[in-house]
Amino acid sequence: MENLLNIFVKSIFIDNMVFAYFLGMCSYLAVSKTVKTSFGLGVAVVFVLAITVPVNYLLENYVLSAGALSWLGEDFASVDLSFLSFIMFIAVIASMVQLVEMIVEKFAPALYSSLGIFLPLIAVNCAILGGSLFMQERAYANIGEATVFGLGSGIGWLLAIVGIAAIREKITYSNVPAPLRGLGITFIATGLMGIAFMSFMGIQL
Amino acid sequence: MKALRKLLDNIKPHVSKGGRFEMFHSTYDAFETLLFVPDKTNKNGVHVRDAIDMKRTMIVVVLALVPALLFGIWNTGYQHFLAQGMEAGFWDMVLHGALRVVPIIVVSYGTGLGIEFIFAQIRGHEVNEGFLVSGMLIPLILPVDIPLWMVVVATAFAVVIGKEIFGGSGMNIWNPALLARAFLFFAYPAQMSGDIVWISGFSGMEGVDAATGATALGAAVAGNSDKFSIMESFLGVIPGSIGETSTLAILLGALVLIYTGIGSWKVMTSVFAGGLLMGLVFNWLGAESSNGLMHISALQHLTLGGFAFGAVFMATDPVSASRTEAGKWIYGFLIGVFAVLIRVFNPAYPEGMMLAILLMNTFAPLIDHFVVEANIKRRLKRAVVKA
Repeated sequence: MENLLNIFVKSIFIDNMVFAYFLGMCSYLAVSKTVKTSFGLGVAVVFVLAITVPVNYLLENYVLSAGALSWLGEDFASVDLSFLSFIMFIAVIASMVQLVEMIVEKFAPALYSSLGIFLPLIAVNCAILGGSLFMQERAYANIGEATVFGLGSGIGWLLAIVGIAAIREKITYSNVPAPLRGLGITFIATGLMGIAFMSFMGIQL
Repeated sequence: MKALRKLLDNIKPHVSKGGRFEMFHSTYDAFETLLFVPDKTNKNGVHVRDAIDMKRTMIVVVLALVPALLFGIWNTGYQHFLAQGMEAGFWDMVLHGALRVVPIIVVSYGTGLGIEFIFAQIRGHEVNEGFLVSGMLIPLILPVDIPLWMVVVATAFAVVIGKEIFGGSGMNIWNPALLARAFLFFAYPAQMSGDIVWISGFSGMEGVDAATGATALGAAVAGNSDKFSIMESFLGVIPGSIGETSTLAILLGALVLIYTGIGSWKVMTSVFAGGLLMGLVFNWLGAESSNGLMHISALQHLTLGGFAFGAVFMATDPVSASRTEAGKWIYGFLIGVFAVLIRVFNPAYPEGMMLAILLMNTFAPLIDHFVVEANIKRRLKRAVVKA
């Protein structure tokens, strides 16, 4: 239990997808103009991460990695399919995103139209694939840990995007130098947010 | 006084519209309004009138910083002679402290105001006293042995990246003084943390035990959580950054800020409440723990390091704090909680206050957003729509 809590807190604050690894920047920059839409996209990312990471965990441990197929029988113990992991992960992610897209279109058409192209593009959001690859690299012990990690990473990303969205809403009326308006100031603000998030680096739980 | 007025009046035509030095208008304006009460009156319409404008607001904050500054100067000398084991009179200590502290202040003001004036000329906005506060805060939160060129770099970073890029005074998201400190902290950790930077001239002293130079928090990390009594840390006769050691002097400043209504008492109260609560939780949780910081009593947490200084002068910065009244409670409370949390859990940063405030600066607009949304919802519910 304590271990799960550790992973959860760690993936939200310490290993934050945006501020520690700068993953998922494209939609982070493009959809962060208002808090409302960014919150919608953030929730979609949380959902997709929380589902794809455990699914990919199962794939990784029972199909793809070296010797994972041994549950089929002695003959399969030497099979190593790990060269397929990228394509399998992406396939899982893409199908999940399709599902999210249908749900959002059905139940929140306004959000669907404001997210526009960025909703289907979650499929190629590096934070999502990054989540699955970190799961592979860090070799979590069981599916519970993988789920908690996926959920935490998603929430960390959500926190980052609504944070920058609120800041961008606030600086709409600021007298920012003309060359920096829009993306320029957003990059600078993201860097400064990164400094603030450095407070968590090195925390030992 | 009259001669000064006359001099300003003589220059005025040249810098007014159409004059030869029109581009220096904002520089002139800055000096004129600093020295004299502006005589501009409104021609028409009704406006809110108050005896206090932004310039006077900022000056009050600078005045509130004076007790901490004076104490810091004395304490710099006191710590210097104490570490060497030498007897020294009161004025010797003050003189030694002044020789160390005043150059840092001069450099910080010189750099910051220089950049501010250049930006004002180019971008055509007015210079105001906003930097007088940041320029005083920066030296007070630095260790006394900081090389002066680092002060220059940090101040330039704070003014340009922290403030001017967002459009100048009143538009920054993060507190510029804290950004300056965070910048130095991550760029030059050797000069900003450890045991040898807090006492002036400490690294050059011979035969002095390194442990004497540790701050209370630094000592607590090493397991020695009762190096200083709570009274010592409240009065501030301990090593630390220049202006933050004495909680007493800071509280004097807090009284000024609260009495004049410039610093929000809600933020200050909630920061202390958050820190106290978190301290109590850790005392209760960590009674058996080997983490020295868990044994510091909750009350002493509030007097150590930059906690009080941050709560009174940094968190209350009206620009980077939450602007809504309900938001101020949440904002302050979370600062207190995170400050103690980072202190205890993060051995790399025994001082969590700076990063806690920066973190909540980041999320202050978000807190405001949700407070406003909640307010809209509440009022919509109250409204009765007649069919």
